[in-house]
Amino acid sequence: MSEYTYPILFGLIIGTATRMYMLRTDYRQYPTYLHGKIIHVALGFIAAGLGTVAIPSIMEEDFTAITFLTLAASQFREVRNMERNTLTELDSYEMVPRGKTYIEGIAIAFESRNYLVIFTSLVSTLIYLLINVWAALIAAIICVLIAKVLMSGGRLKDIVEIEYVEPRFDGPGLYVDNIYIMNIGLPQRQEEVLRYGMGFILKPKNFNSRSTIANLGQRQAILHDVSTALGVYRDSGTPALVPLAKRDLDDGRVGVFVLPQEKDIKRAIKIIGAVPTLENAIRMPSERHVEGEGK
Amino acid sequence: MVLEKYILAAITTNSSKIPGGTAVFYCDSKQEMETIAANLEAILDGIAHMLTEELYVIVKH
Repeated sequence: MSEYTYPILFGLIIGTATRMYMLRTDYRQYPTYLHGKIIHVALGFIAAGLGTVAIPSIMEEDFTAITFLTLAASQFREVRNMERNTLTELDSYEMVPRGKTYIEGIAIAFESRNYLVIFTSLVSTLIYLLINVWAALIAAIICVLIAKVLMSGGRLKDIVEIEYVEPRFDGPGLYVDNIYIMNIGLPQRQEEVLRYGMGFILKPKNFNSRSTIANLGQRQAILHDVSTALGVYRDSGTPALVPLAKRDLDDGRVGVFVLPQEKDIKRAIKIIGAVPTLENAIRMPSERHVEGEGK
Repeated sequence: MVLEKYILAAITTNSSKIPGGTAVFYCDSKQEMETIAANLEAILDGIAHMLTEELYVIVKH
């Protein structure tokens, strides 16, 4: 046993524990239970190992050893590819697909969480070697808290107001409030749609959120999440029964039409509010400073 | 081949308006038109859209 054994062991455990803490399977059931999780815990362990051994290498003045961190970068980029490919393959068999933007968001999260693990392991091993195990423990807790803040993105309820509106027909046209959704010709389909359908109006709170909810990927994510949580009245071969979200071009409001199996307005509003704002959908038009402004 | 936004069939009760370039089903009554549209919708995996009171089209989305 060398003087580095305990610090390395400590870094490994902390790193792997951080990955497990960030690996929560919720209503979305992703990563899938057991095997999907094992893959990510194993990768988290590797990431923890890479982060941990970096510090002893520096202390032994073995600077070239740091280059293997580049290996880590390419390794975890592969994680993103893996997640993207799996989810894209599965998406074609979903009743209501996640959409590419959502998938990309999930894949990015998986990659970045491994880097957070490397960072946590690196910092806690460093503190262990510089001070002692208790200081390292405190540093690890702070790192985990930082990781928690970094990994939890915004929710839709922060940027929009959600209001329930009964969908209605005007001739064959289906409307949510004044937003046109689609044309449904058959009377029996119209009856089904009115019986099971629910309409919601998402009113953007500011100009930035107007662009964010206009993103097609963000809208698909809303439809997917609502359909996952409340079920969906739909089957293959019934393309008329499709949840859709359309936009009011005048004021940027989005009309969401869903066909849940369980018609619970309060829960549906809560679920829409809890939909993550996808980082690839976020736009900040108000942050744009026109060149030459203020001169 | 995947078809998108394609008119698969037209169902009409008005024989004076003859759409060309697609399969056309003439019907005697509105009720017959609706029945045929419902069946075609199920068979073709398309959506029956109503253009006017006397003309339905089945569209693959």
